[in-house]
Amino acid sequence: MEMTGAEAIIESLKNEEVDVVFGYPGGAVLTLYDALYKVDFKHILAKHEQGSVHAADGYARATGKVGVVIATSGPGATNLVTGIATAYMDSIPLVAITGQVAVPLIGRDSFQEADMRGITTPITKHNYLVKKVEDLPAVLKEAFYIARTGRPGPVVVDIAKDVFAALIDYHYPKEVKLRGYQPLYEGDMETIEKVFLELSVARKPLIFVGGGVNLSDSSEALKVLIEQTGFPVISTLMGLGSIAFDHPQYLGMVGMHGTYAANMATTECDLMLGIGVRFDDRVTGVLSEFAPKAKIIHFDIDPAEINKNVIAHLRVLGDMKWSIPALSGRVQDVSDELKEHVRAWTDRIRLWQQEKPLTYKQGTEFVMPQAVVEKVNQLTQGDAVIVTDVGQHQMWVAMYYGFKNPRSFLTSGGLGTMGYGLPAALGAQCGLPDRNVVLFVGDGGIMMNCQELATAADYNFPVKILILNNQSLGMVAQWQRMFYGGRCSHTNLKGGHTDFVKLAEAMGVRGLRVTKPADLSSMLEEAWATPGPVVVDIQIPDTMDVWPMVPSGARLDQMMFGGGDE
Amino acid sequence: MKHTLAVLVENKPGVLTHISALISRRAFNIESIAAGYTEEPDTTRITIVVEGNEMEQEQVVNQLSKLVDVIKISDLTAVESIQRELALIKVKATVHTRSDIINIVEIFRASIVDVNRETMVIELSGDGTKIDALCQVLEEDHGIIEIVRTGKIALSRGPIPAKDQ
Repeated sequence: MEMTGAEAIIESLKNEEVDVVFGYPGGAVLTLYDALYKVDFKHILAKHEQGSVHAADGYARATGKVGVVIATSGPGATNLVTGIATAYMDSIPLVAITGQVAVPLIGRDSFQEADMRGITTPITKHNYLVKKVEDLPAVLKEAFYIARTGRPGPVVVDIAKDVFAALIDYHYPKEVKLRGYQPLYEGDMETIEKVFLELSVARKPLIFVGGGVNLSDSSEALKVLIEQTGFPVISTLMGLGSIAFDHPQYLGMVGMHGTYAANMATTECDLMLGIGVRFDDRVTGVLSEFAPKAKIIHFDIDPAEINKNVIAHLRVLGDMKWSIPALSGRVQDVSDELKEHVRAWTDRIRLWQQEKPLTYKQGTEFVMPQAVVEKVNQLTQGDAVIVTDVGQHQMWVAMYYGFKNPRSFLTSGGLGTMGYGLPAALGAQCGLPDRNVVLFVGDGGIMMNCQELATAADYNFPVKILILNNQSLGMVAQWQRMFYGGRCSHTNLKGGHTDFVKLAEAMGVRGLRVTKPADLSSMLEEAWATPGPVVVDIQIPDTMDVWPMVPSGARLDQMMFGGGDE
Repeated sequence: MKHTLAVLVENKPGVLTHISALISRRAFNIESIAAGYTEEPDTTRITIVVEGNEMEQEQVVNQLSKLVDVIKISDLTAVESIQRELALIKVKATVHTRSDIINIVEIFRASIVDVNRETMVIELSGDGTKIDALCQVLEEDHGIIEIVRTGKIALSRGPIPAKDQ
């Protein structure tokens, strides 16, 4: 069927079952936007390209589908860079369609020209520059396939302006032929047998889960394995939600702001099953001292993750959808035996849990941020889709919210992108209109993409936006207090003139404010009772630190404590 | 330890960008890189010499393999292989010094590919140390004006091509 390149893109989006795109129009994509207009394709207009790309990312994380973002050439495309890098670090499937200047103008420093292929090469799973309309269908087919298969990731398709208008006899390929890309789904059973042997001799084993479990939708299978073995479980930031917070075998998050029990168990374990983790420096502390007594078995779909940071005693390559059930199939007959093996170890861990649980000061005259998270947990019964920005509030949410479900915690874990939260929350709400989506954000981070409050209002996305306002760039200030002699260089925001309630109201979002503990419950209830988006500006103490903490470059058992009642 | 990798990639625009960006981003220690067409028109073969311990070497192979356009990587260090590099060396040469240069060239089994009143251009193929040795003699005795080297290329001995290894 003959059609323009722009129409071919829309047909391809339909073939990929894309039901919404996030984007921002501009010169190089005029023809594409004209085609979107003619068929009334669902499009969310953010107020900034960075908002669009984070929204597409939030949509992808919440739904498991590929997020699609469109931007024009030059500045439109370069405004996507932070969002693409954010998605890349957390292995999120995105397809970014960017306009490029027309073929005859490429390479001449033309108006709004930027080399997106060059710029995005280190932060994409793959990228394309399309200069011929006949390449378009195969490129889009490959782009979606690459984004969503194997270890997912963002793919950029940069398309020259004249390609959108050129005519093509459109056929969408049924299959992808890529000699150099064959994701590995099923590993070999011999390795599973070796893992089983290690499991059966371990006396202090630990299961360590990460974002890979969420991404591969394997949390059900994980639960089976955990309950068959009786082994204790710890999680990375990205793994939160893949195991229920209140599961009796769960010890909490590990790493820089991990729980005492999780960090001590890591230090003492004799066998670690790392499942869908990449041993990031925020998890391991000083690398050479990480899990020093343990044999490490690394489960991952990406062979390049093995031996990247820690040396794996055994590697289990393949999709967790294959490897976790394969291992549980092997252990089910010896379930009672394994549980017996770890009885003493589990008792030891209970003592760590009782010795130093997570605590914070109670009964103060201030609204404590941890109390806000706990209150929201009660209100939503651990069932909301929780989105955060980056900083102290992110850690408090990770520690105190009782995640029950996979894909229910959306946060920029790898790149640590401030400004991510608000647009990502809107994307998540767009993908899951019936779910309760809650954003926790700092007073620093909200300002990085606060223009998207207008998007929330314009599309009436009913996101509850909770600003934990300490009038400070809290995480940086914490490090300045701890490691830079208390010189809070440019992190004190006191004396700023922004009124977040007025800011919200100006953009069409209801604004509420909480200044004292007595108002917290009623204000949150009011926010939840209000249809549509609501901003709650919650004033919290200005010099609170996130505890416990492993200082950068220290061992996991060298934790610092503070802030509790003791 | 040095490893010589034969990397077969799709002959498409942007492949070299992807490979060089990866090497730079992951801070791999690359000694040389040489690319060219192969017996299959849609395949380019890149020979990469990488320096590093086993763990670093494994990362180079794994990360390069992840690139969509990389079809196959084989480590030629592990098999019997022929390894060569080509150099063109422009050396200062006068009427009086030419004969000495010709002697040196013969000893190294190099060849002279250009002569004029002030210079000679010498072509030598071999392993890197042989080229280094010739360059040292020429530089010290006569003075080198410029050098161009291709970087190492390598091919396994025996009937099995890299793509099937």
